[in-house]
Amino acid sequence: MNSNDSTTKLLFDEPGPKGKRLIRIMNWIAGAVLIALAVVILARLANPPQGENQLSWDLWKPALDTEAWTDFYLPGLGLTLGAAAAGIVGSLVFGLVFGVLRLLPNPYIRFVAAIIIEFCRAVPVLIMMVFFWRWFAAVGIRQASYFAVVLALILYNGSVIAELVRSGVGNLPGGQREASLALGLTRTESLMQVEVPQAIFAMLPATVTQLVVALKDTALGSIILYTDLLQESRRLGSMYFNILQTLAVSAVVYFVICWIVSRIAEAMPAWMANRTSGPVEEEVVPPIAVMDATNRNQIKAAKTPRPFGGAEPVYPDHYHGSNAHNEHWLHNHYVEQENLEHPHDYAQEITQEIKKNMEHLRLPQRKEKKK
Amino acid sequence: MTGFSSTNLSEFFSLFTEYDILGAFWVNIRLTFWSAVIATVLGIVLIIMRISPISSLRGFAAGYCEFFKNMPLTIIMVFMVLGVFGQLKISFSDTFTINFFWLAVTGLGVYTAAFVCESLRSGINTIPVGQAEASRALGLSFMQSATQIILPQAIRGAVAPLGNTLIALLKNSTVAAAASVATETSSLMSTMIEFHSEHIIGIFLIFAVGYLILIIPIGLLTTYLSNRLAVRR
Repeated sequence: MNSNDSTTKLLFDEPGPKGKRLIRIMNWIAGAVLIALAVVILARLANPPQGENQLSWDLWKPALDTEAWTDFYLPGLGLTLGAAAAGIVGSLVFGLVFGVLRLLPNPYIRFVAAIIIEFCRAVPVLIMMVFFWRWFAAVGIRQASYFAVVLALILYNGSVIAELVRSGVGNLPGGQREASLALGLTRTESLMQVEVPQAIFAMLPATVTQLVVALKDTALGSIILYTDLLQESRRLGSMYFNILQTLAVSAVVYFVICWIVSRIAEAMPAWMANRTSGPVEEEVVPPIAVMDATNRNQIKAAKTPRPFGGAEPVYPDHYHGSNAHNEHWLHNHYVEQENLEHPHDYAQEITQEIKKNMEHLRLPQRKEKKK
Repeated sequence: MTGFSSTNLSEFFSLFTEYDILGAFWVNIRLTFWSAVIATVLGIVLIIMRISPISSLRGFAAGYCEFFKNMPLTIIMVFMVLGVFGQLKISFSDTFTINFFWLAVTGLGVYTAAFVCESLRSGINTIPVGQAEASRALGLSFMQSATQIILPQAIRGAVAPLGNTLIALLKNSTVAAAASVATETSSLMSTMIEFHSEHIIGIFLIFAVGYLILIIPIGLLTTYLSNRLAVRR
């Protein structure tokens, strides 16, 4: 395990000699059980109740030789990567446009953009894919399945990226907007010139994580007969009756590519941190749910140091969810229990404070004489 | 496309009697339910392995999560039908439809377990270190502190990501089409459009709205519960 994984250190302390011995014994037992499990699976593969030995080279050879790669896997992989690349570029454009539209001051534009984004997030990608596929085929577009895969990927991943843009802007420190307004920019100018550029850097790591999702979703294309890696390996497998083996090969290819992209996403926050004033995180925060529940503030509360043993933590900045709107920060703090004062009382308190501080500026009021 | 003449409309509404749309959604709900059960049980086992002091179990759980997080669900579904059933001859039932249903449930459950494990891990992140330190100081063993102190709080802190996972699972249940479950929504939609291509947009909207109706309440409930159940610190 990596050392910065806080959960592993949480439950057990550095064990003593007795504990170390116990852990070592348990480790051996667990390792033996896992190896036994692997052996049972391999034995089952080698000697299934019906059918042939799945580990025999006769089945693996056609799945692994040069012809399999040049005629099946590599063309399929090319189409998979092509659809994924077109999908992610398109969804970046879609996401940026709709993410910004959903932040504009005009409430009607915001509303329409919100409806479109929420719709695209809620409908399963496969339903969209099948619909576009049938539609394009009916209209007579060639390569209907390719365009269906790309368009469905754009709509779904684009709506997620739109939410990332919005949460990126919502999570910037409030001072950024206040400062740009104080400099005389309009709300739209402040959004376009100050907030969105920073939000883009803050959301890049999560966008790369979303790329993995897009890449995985291209495999759905095989259901609508797009000849991607999965479809090609099925074809190869049905030629030699070794679908299990060809699927295993393509699974390894998918895994390696997705794994590399995931590692890049993991490394990105460190590169992006000094380009934005917002929090940078690799995880895609609410990609799916309507209303965007997250536990990010709870994690933040748990991680906040309490210098005097349980003293109340102070929250300098916090996650508002992608449904956050900058203007509602006072209310958000209250709902998320970051500020226990009700916004109304809080505002009143501030007003009273100001009044009290300005007391000495007032002219002394004459007391009314008693009659 | 869809015109708004009265014959067209009545034709459109006759689709509801001609095809079992609610039945298709019911198939997806059942797929979701059973794979959620499998995923929850497996996910809790995985998270206990993942936070245990035994490094081989930790490595196994981490590898499991990493494997399924980077693996397309479609390939798992295809594997369940063509590999596990077709080549290894493992089947749940002699009836084809029931067999494919349970193969799809197994595939979905095994896949989603990795995401349940990740959600619970993010729930564990909502627990301050002091809780574990205090339970150790009270002399609780690993299993005692895991099951009585850490996991109950972790599940309360993980409501939001778990709800997101449930919604993703419901949407992923359409991928059962790749596992030859022919009665679920995406397959039914495909068939309906094939025979009634003049109502293509209407048919798509039926299914899209159906998913909105299923998903919006889960989202609202998740948001409500995650605020309601959060441990205030």
